[in-house]
Amino acid sequence: MKVEVLYFAGLREAVGCAREALDLPADVVTAGALREHLRARGGAWTDALAEGRTLRVAVDQAIAAADTPLRDGAEVAFFPPVTGG
Amino acid sequence: MPVRVQTEDFDVSAELAALRAGRAQVGAVACFVGTVRDINAGVGVSTMTLEHYPGMTERALEAIVTSARARWRLDDVLVVHRVGALRPLDQIVLVAVTSAHRGEAFAACEFVMDWLKTQAPFWKKEATPQGERWVDARESDDAAAARWGAGAVPNATQGPDGR
Repeated sequence: MKVEVLYFAGLREAVGCAREALDLPADVVTAGALREHLRARGGAWTDALAEGRTLRVAVDQAIAAADTPLRDGAEVAFFPPVTGG
Repeated sequence: MPVRVQTEDFDVSAELAALRAGRAQVGAVACFVGTVRDINAGVGVSTMTLEHYPGMTERALEAIVTSARARWRLDDVLVVHRVGALRPLDQIVLVAVTSAHRGEAFAACEFVMDWLKTQAPFWKKEATPQGERWVDARESDDAAAARWGAGAVPNATQGPDGR
């Protein structure tokens, strides 16, 4: 399954990446599993995506949960809690 | 139901005039303008840079407006939010609501702001004498949105997820 992954704000700066195309292993089928998959990269990824860090995830531009399934071609975004207004 | 994200400033009078032009059924216009303070959490702020998630931002704002319109009898709702580099005194956001009577306009305006603060994907970065810092989300903002009831905006979340 191929997905487009986006990172915003402090998370984008921490991992040094705004956007990437990923070909996922067969067992990565949810938003939460993708977060674990990215965390396993080590270094800044492990720290920025650590379990204790409060992050939001959106799938296809809608707020999602850890168990939200991914689809081929999905746009998945990880970001810190929002601070607009 | 206009929702706009833009770098340029907005003229509140012109926006309100356009919102109610020709709408003789409107008896109330409530609006909120958020502006950049020169101090936050006790530290001076020289510049505030706003980042957003193009596409999702507009969808999130439209979902909030749709929820407000389902909850109150409103004539129209306008949301304008700026992004990019802003300075103290600059305008950040405008929410304007028109309705027949003031009660619904006041309530809907506050509802839209409360949900915008916790659901629309914008992030603020401040430049201070100690360097740049991302603004942390406030629990008081979550509480303000929550008092309208869980599920007031479909597909919104109150807690951390994606772990």
